[in-house]
Amino acid sequence: MAKSQEQLHERRSLSSLIYDPQFRSYAFQILLLLVLVGFGWWIVQNTVTNLQAQNKTTGFDFLSNTAGFDIGFSLVPYSRESTYLEVFYVGILNTLLVAITGIVLATLLGFVLGIARLSSNWIIARLATIYIEIIRNIPLLLQLFFWYFAVLKSMPSVRSSLELVGGAVFLNNRGLYLPNPNANSAFLWVQIAIALVLVGGFFLQRWSIRRVELTGERFPYIPVFLVLLIVVPTVTWFVSGAEWNITYPELNRFNFQGGIQLPPEFVALLFGLVIYTAAFIGETVRAGIVSVSSGQTEAAQSLGLKNNDRLNLVVIPQAMRVIVPPLTSQYLNLTKNSSLAVAIGYPDIVNVFMGTALNQSGKAIEVIFMTMMVYLTLSLLTSMIMNWYNARIALTER
Amino acid sequence: MNKKIVTIALGAALSLSASAALADTLEDVQAKGYLQCGVTPSTPGFASPDENNNWSGIDVDYCRAMAAAIFDDPEAVRFTPLTSKERFTALSSGEIDVLSRTTTWTMSRDTNLGISFTGVMFYDGQGFMVPKDLGVNSALELSDAAVCIESGTTTELNAADYFATNGMNYNPVVFEDQDEVVKAYDDGRCDVFTTDSSALAAERFSLADPDAHKILPQIISKEPLGPSVRQGDDLWFNISRWVYFALLEAEEYGVNQANVDEMLGSENPSVRRLLGVEGEFGSYVGLPGDWAYRVIKHVGNYADVYERNVTPIGIERAGSLNDLWTRGGLQYSPPIR
Repeated sequence: MAKSQEQLHERRSLSSLIYDPQFRSYAFQILLLLVLVGFGWWIVQNTVTNLQAQNKTTGFDFLSNTAGFDIGFSLVPYSRESTYLEVFYVGILNTLLVAITGIVLATLLGFVLGIARLSSNWIIARLATIYIEIIRNIPLLLQLFFWYFAVLKSMPSVRSSLELVGGAVFLNNRGLYLPNPNANSAFLWVQIAIALVLVGGFFLQRWSIRRVELTGERFPYIPVFLVLLIVVPTVTWFVSGAEWNITYPELNRFNFQGGIQLPPEFVALLFGLVIYTAAFIGETVRAGIVSVSSGQTEAAQSLGLKNNDRLNLVVIPQAMRVIVPPLTSQYLNLTKNSSLAVAIGYPDIVNVFMGTALNQSGKAIEVIFMTMMVYLTLSLLTSMIMNWYNARIALTER
Repeated sequence: MNKKIVTIALGAALSLSASAALADTLEDVQAKGYLQCGVTPSTPGFASPDENNNWSGIDVDYCRAMAAAIFDDPEAVRFTPLTSKERFTALSSGEIDVLSRTTTWTMSRDTNLGISFTGVMFYDGQGFMVPKDLGVNSALELSDAAVCIESGTTTELNAADYFATNGMNYNPVVFEDQDEVVKAYDDGRCDVFTTDSSALAAERFSLADPDAHKILPQIISKEPLGPSVRQGDDLWFNISRWVYFALLEAEEYGVNQANVDEMLGSENPSVRRLLGVEGEFGSYVGLPGDWAYRVIKHVGNYADVYERNVTPIGIERAGSLNDLWTRGGLQYSPPIR
């Protein structure tokens, strides 16, 4: 009798445990965690077993091996004796180059498009609408092929290159060739002058804002800054000897050598990414501007603010709060879309590292893992910077 | 009850990992009823589809020969077109059963990629093609040229070696897909197109004006092209290797697609062993006794395969490395006995 009572008690406590919401929620979470861990363990175990069965080695030692192949476009010195790790760096730098240039240009074009779509000029507004609707509804890969083969087909061959700027710049189906200003003592001073003007511009802006706050008098700091930016380095250059030391591209037997060379793969990829992403940014910007209620504009007008001030002080700060979060997504998209470079032969990280290096070394898992980490890091960094910016411009709530 | 679920989940995980590791390719292929074969997307003479998606080429015929040996049906094969970059992953992940895709046999691939090469269907070497109007007569004049290359190939490595050895600079323009390489070369993106010389000969005819281009005399590398299988399945490796040898053995003893039925009555012991009249060699590779008869009946011997596929793209066999050893070439099969 006593025993069965005990059993009954035990069963009751067990059933009450199941009906206890706190216990239940923990139990299911632990169960889910166990299943996930088990699944992950199974994947890793399976991979290791299969790799061993195929007599494959694993690990990151291959990174210090000689890569043995060449890369057509690199920002740092690279040759066939370089290691796979250097291939990795070359790939990252090439990806960063196209991503950063792309983000800057796409932002500029996107803002122009967004504002153009809201223009009261019928033609401008319609043109912007047509642009956005066409571009954002065609897959990016097709656009890249279009730009690459359109650029390539329409350009003259090497021997009949287009000569621009009196024979200093050449354009042909192998790319754009620019003169390269070599670093000499004069250019060092010019660089210092530019740096000084940039720092000066920052203080000029702060001073002029304080002046407006204190006295209400305005100082046209932007035109002044731009004039200084041109005049000061030019004067410095003349004072420091007015020395030209520029390498011009020269045609030898096959190609142009010397100077700065932009391969058509880079130009096509940049064009494709900028034009595509700008269409989305344009819509984001339009949404941001439209989100500022017309009451704000009217209020600013009734306060007697000028057109520019109304835009700069009332509309844009409020619009930015709506624009920045989706803008961040577009930046992330652009960076990730740059991996389509592989289709048109631009040596970004997917092309040279996840493509060639993976194939030549056979380390599929390690290489893909590293490449994914690169994109993850780039994306998280972009997000971090944009979130910081977003927090800075967010409406201060009181 | 919770415990039960965990036990089931872990048990399932264990059984899955066991089945994935111990794969028997021949059994798997027989169970699904066809052979999955990795080939190039389009290289005339080696593997290319016609308008009706009928594949032809020397690499394709090798896969048909394997299918004939296993199923007595050369059509029991499905083709997976692969880029150079995808091919090894496709093989080691089990997406395909055999890789027959103009792939160069190298030490690192044979030992470090988890695959094994089973023979050399075609001895090739890397060459260069240039437009005639450049006036180039030797690969040693190619310093500073822009060179179109397919990525993930030995071609890429050989070019780097060759230009470095000869103290020349070059500008590699690398694409993922052979078609894109050819298109870019045709559009004038590069001065030079480099790949295996057989592929150069074949691709020349796909250019807008084939007569405006020429292939330079230099051959800068050894490119033994052959089929490969996953490492760790010896039976499957043996099937792949001996199907290739059967093609050569048949040619050596004068057994071809046209006379194979006659030859069943041959007095020559080598022919009798090859065709399964004598001995039980088929059982050594897990196949019926007439495995080689099926191959020759449906696909032919090596000479039949070569003449059907490679001769039309203008690569002579007589006197080349791909001739039979009895005529001074390198194609040689160990005896079937």
